[in-house]
Amino acid sequence: MWFDPNDLLAFARGTGFQLALIVFLLGVTLRFVEVYALGRPRDLSTPRPRVGSGWRTLFRRSVPDAMTFRRSGVTFTVGYVFHIGLFATLFLFRPHILLFQDVTGLWWPGLPSPLIDAIAVATLIALAITALSRLLHPVKRFLSGFGDWLALAATALPVLTGYLAYHHLALPYTLMLALHILSVEFLLVVLPFTKLMHMFTLFISRWLNGETFARRGVAS
Amino acid sequence: MSRDESLLEFLKQRGITRRGFLKFCAATASLMALPPSMAQGVAAALAQARRPSVIWLSFQECTGCTEALTRSHAPSIEDLIFEAISLDYHHTLQAASGQGAERAREQAMREFHGRYLLLVDGSIPVKDGGVYSTIAGMSNLDMLREAAQGAAAVVSIGTCAAYGGLPHAAPNPTGAAAVADIITDRPVVNIPGCPPIPTVITGVLAHYLTFGRLPELDALGRPKVFYGDTIHDRCYRRPFYDQGKFAHSFDDEGARNGWCLYELGCKGPTTYNACATTKWNAGTSFPIQSGHGCIGCSEPNFWDAGGLYKPLSTPYAGVGPAAAGAIAAGAVTGAAISLHNRRKRTRARAEHQRATVKDLEK
Repeated sequence: MWFDPNDLLAFARGTGFQLALIVFLLGVTLRFVEVYALGRPRDLSTPRPRVGSGWRTLFRRSVPDAMTFRRSGVTFTVGYVFHIGLFATLFLFRPHILLFQDVTGLWWPGLPSPLIDAIAVATLIALAITALSRLLHPVKRFLSGFGDWLALAATALPVLTGYLAYHHLALPYTLMLALHILSVEFLLVVLPFTKLMHMFTLFISRWLNGETFARRGVAS
Repeated sequence: MSRDESLLEFLKQRGITRRGFLKFCAATASLMALPPSMAQGVAAALAQARRPSVIWLSFQECTGCTEALTRSHAPSIEDLIFEAISLDYHHTLQAASGQGAERAREQAMREFHGRYLLLVDGSIPVKDGGVYSTIAGMSNLDMLREAAQGAAAVVSIGTCAAYGGLPHAAPNPTGAAAVADIITDRPVVNIPGCPPIPTVITGVLAHYLTFGRLPELDALGRPKVFYGDTIHDRCYRRPFYDQGKFAHSFDDEGARNGWCLYELGCKGPTTYNACATTKWNAGTSFPIQSGHGCIGCSEPNFWDAGGLYKPLSTPYAGVGPAAAGAIAAGAVTGAAISLHNRRKRTRARAEHQRATVKDLEK
């Protein structure tokens, strides 16, 4: 019989999602255990009591200082736009909240769809500039490897296919929705094994740095 | 109506005026997305059309398709058109029964060989030689193959005939198959729906009578003119989807305000059919208008597509045990890798040799 996009969608919503979630959870747990078990170097300094340094570092390291911002303003700006954009489109779009509710039972209010739509456009533009900058900037290009491009593609594809599906562009909606879900599943699969793992580790390590430095007397 | 009588003559006898007939032709033309000027062409062709012989075979089905057609909104021109075809065999509608009925089918097949239209509703069980459904001792599979040989074209009425439908749903105990899975050497047009919209059935027949061929089909064998858009694209509740206004239950404020039913599992976005435009019961309403989401009944495997009330954006297989298993497996694998790392480190430390300047100068 004919190729039926419904079959692809059924796979994406059924077995595909199960497999992706299994790999994702397995991978994330594995990485956490692995990182934790690496241990920490023995702290030889006299501990200086300083409360909340880790939390302050979390905040301060997230705000660019004037000097760094002048030097790489584009990286900071598009970085912020697409990170916030990804957060909003992923967690505040109503159909996505339904997914989280279905899997976890938790529910929270979303943003109006047209607003999410505008955020998605901004995210896509920011991701495109990120890619271009990586391609055109000699130092960034030199430093870019397969993992960087894979992470970028895995991040951008769900936003792009989601945008196209929402607007019924390029392909029939059923097929585009299936591709959108499959692209998210691809992201879930590669996330624990690429630098995208920073989604989980970033704030933990930032907090830990702050605490460690505080103990050594260089608290923020 | 004799076989030689034209359609217009027949309709006149039934009290349909020429004006009424032209109105139907104009409506049919616009339904088929033909330019308005074609309405006259449709009228002229239909008025002159001779009754084509039609054999209607019912296999694994519930008669809902026939019910939908015959109970549409009588008396309408649509069902008179349907009467205007020479329905030589139809389980539910024919007067003859038993061997007499089968003889009528055989006679029509002989007499109009190569010219009759074969309409099929219901899926065909192919498992174990097709023993799961027989008519007059003949398996559905054999009857379809035999009848299709002399057919000018085959029309699969309803989702069962078009894609296997409910009998095809997992675990498909009878090996239910679609007509197009079996008949590959004849033109097959699918008119899916559970049941299909009566106007769409008559529209396809009118197209055949007018042009002498079947309408243009999409990738799933459906006439593009009726199945070109999704329910969602044409839904009057679409603006609420765009504004993000959803009903969360069938009895909340959103439901009472007629907001979008996406969150209640509406399959409108992935369902191609004309319900939102032609509607049902003489254009009175359609499921979404009556407050229930589209169940996607005109799409293949709609029954197995994960729960009628599950929103399209949610997975339909349970993930709880799999998730717990994955986390446990991840923890065990992570611990094993860590242990391996630690051993490697211990070994490296043990094997570490201090080099002195003397060693280096050797």
